Amino acid sequence: MSGVTTFLTRRRGGRSWHWTDIVSWLWLIGGLVIMFGPAVWLVGSSFKTPAQLAEFPPTILPYVSQQASVEGYDTPLPLYSVKLPDGSTRIMAELRRIGIVAQMVDPKAPKDIVKVNIADRQPVREIGFATGNYTEPFVHFDFLHYLRNSVFVTAMATLITLLTNSMAAFALSKYKFRGRDLTMLVIVGTLMVPLSVILVPLYSVVSAVGLLDSLWGVILPTVATPTGVFLLRQYMLTIPDELLDAARMDNASEWQIYWRIVLPLAAPALAVLAIFSVVWRWNDFLWPLVVLSRKELYTLQVGLNTYAGQLNVQWHYILAMTVVTMIPVVLVFVFLQRYITSGIAGTGLK
Amino acid sequence: MSAAATLKTWAGAALAAPVIWLASIVNVPLKSWQRATGTGGMAAFFLAPNMAIFGIFVLVPLVINFFYSATSGTAYFLQDRNFVGLEQYQRLLDCSNYLDTATCREDLFWKAVHNTGLFVVVQVALMTVVSIATALILNREIVGRSFWRAVFFFPVLLSPVVTGLIWRWILQRQGLLNLIVHDLGGEPYNWLTDRFWAFTAAVSVSVWAHMGFYTLILLAGLQAIPRDLYEAAEMDGTRPARVFWRITLPLLMPNLLVVIVLALIRAVQIFDEVYVLTGGGPGTSTLYLTQYIYEIGFASLLRNPGLASAASILMGLVLVVLTLLQLQVGRRGERKGARQ
Repeated sequence: MSGVTTFLTRRRGGRSWHWTDIVSWLWLIGGLVIMFGPAVWLVGSSFKTPAQLAEFPPTILPYVSQQASVEGYDTPLPLYSVKLPDGSTRIMAELRRIGIVAQMVDPKAPKDIVKVNIADRQPVREIGFATGNYTEPFVHFDFLHYLRNSVFVTAMATLITLLTNSMAAFALSKYKFRGRDLTMLVIVGTLMVPLSVILVPLYSVVSAVGLLDSLWGVILPTVATPTGVFLLRQYMLTIPDELLDAARMDNASEWQIYWRIVLPLAAPALAVLAIFSVVWRWNDFLWPLVVLSRKELYTLQVGLNTYAGQLNVQWHYILAMTVVTMIPVVLVFVFLQRYITSGIAGTGLK
Repeated sequence: MSAAATLKTWAGAALAAPVIWLASIVNVPLKSWQRATGTGGMAAFFLAPNMAIFGIFVLVPLVINFFYSATSGTAYFLQDRNFVGLEQYQRLLDCSNYLDTATCREDLFWKAVHNTGLFVVVQVALMTVVSIATALILNREIVGRSFWRAVFFFPVLLSPVVTGLIWRWILQRQGLLNLIVHDLGGEPYNWLTDRFWAFTAAVSVSVWAHMGFYTLILLAGLQAIPRDLYEAAEMDGTRPARVFWRITLPLLMPNLLVVIVLALIRAVQIFDEVYVLTGGGPGTSTLYLTQYIYEIGFASLLRNPGLASAASILMGLVLVVLTLLQLQVGRRGERKGARQ
């Protein structure tokens, strides 16, 4: 027996298990549960019917009550497993319920109505997904608008961010001009000006330029990110100037140098910024909340918050829409996570 | 080439064609601009769009914020507002005892200040400890390190609204936490209606959401510590605790200080996830400064943009101090790095 234990606990390098190894693995497994568990619970809950969401204790998996169409009735009736007075149990369909008494019929013999105390029956359920949670908010509520607005804001803001930030980074890394260092200093300095500090005056500026209550009012204030300029400039500094000079000899214009030489070479940094920008803009909340007041202009984040803040929260829709809101970020996580982590480890920016 | 690959190439070319065409069209006027103004003019051209947006939406608000805080009224346009000098600041700071919010004229502001202060201290301490522990564990020789690193990073990408809703759903009456409590034989509880538990939830959820970011920075610092130091310590038979206090912690200090200051800066501005989670409640027990600014500035019936602006400037001052601290810390870290 001890031979087996030694075999199982043998490790590379010949060291045996130390108590710190056990603590480490407990921490990692615990981390796995705590980090992913809530999201998994959310996805599971989002497929439950409203009645099931109100249940306590909640079930892990989503169930739906089974129904059967019974001869002589237009709509399908819910099935219950009923304990009859003679001690036997039978699957029966419920016709109607009056107080604590339910009128039940056997689906095979729809003529005989049996009166049963509701304590003596259990609904027949099977694992099933209430997919209506996902389809109905798009049809009956404004979620299609919200989704479209979020996609528009994210795509536009990211494109403009990439273009303007890379142009500025190009000028700041490849030209010598008066005030260059001052410009860089101002940009880096405002890295630390958070939205909450300039919330009120920014609102008045945006309303003065007529962008209040429009998606462009959400997009434009966010695109001149100092982080992006900084990140791209640091990268472009590593592109050798000789390359640019060679192109100038060949009579390339400065715009062509930027567009055909520097931009393609800066592609890795642009990709990192694009990923960051998509995540930032998709997740933005406070600024759209302040700027947008017409309901059809809400982004997903603002729309979700509005529906979740109502007195009578329709959790089955909210949960499903939360999952939808999470999808792009989960895709980024699955496919592009290493670009982000290397970006953060390299610059310390988020 | 397979059919799918061909299709992909063609689709890519079709999408790129208008962009390339546009870029070549733009080149024509730009060439004459370059001839007229030289490379200096081109630098101005490349900087212009970014700096224009930056100026209008960051610098101008930054400057007029000071004028805002010196005016009163409910109008948002500066010309419609009355100049009142430092009255808004007087109003905010009018307190006979700063430790007792009931004696303050703007008691809500001081409640937010007290709440934020407590939140910052508890959250940053917890964040630092949890991030260091995770980074240390990830730095060990474990199987699948990049997988585990990704695990702790996952919540960082989630939007604050999603984070807030996920946890609100877990902490509500019929939620997952109560299921666990129920299975352990306890009574279900309405966690978010309790002052203490709402605060605990706000702290824990924000740590949950952001710890992966700080763990990454600390892990990068740990991996930069030379291996031979540990080998030497092992040869000398140094106890692991001593290795941690004498080698790991001192060499990690530059990264650790950056992490603490960054966490402080972020914690002072805490808003989104807590706002979605608790809405500032129960009562005002999780009302923090940014929410105060938002509500006084826009949402409440008694809205007063001047007051909100004054409060935001006071908060900005705290952030400036913290930022200068960070620069100082960063410079010291660089000098230290240069010496080695």
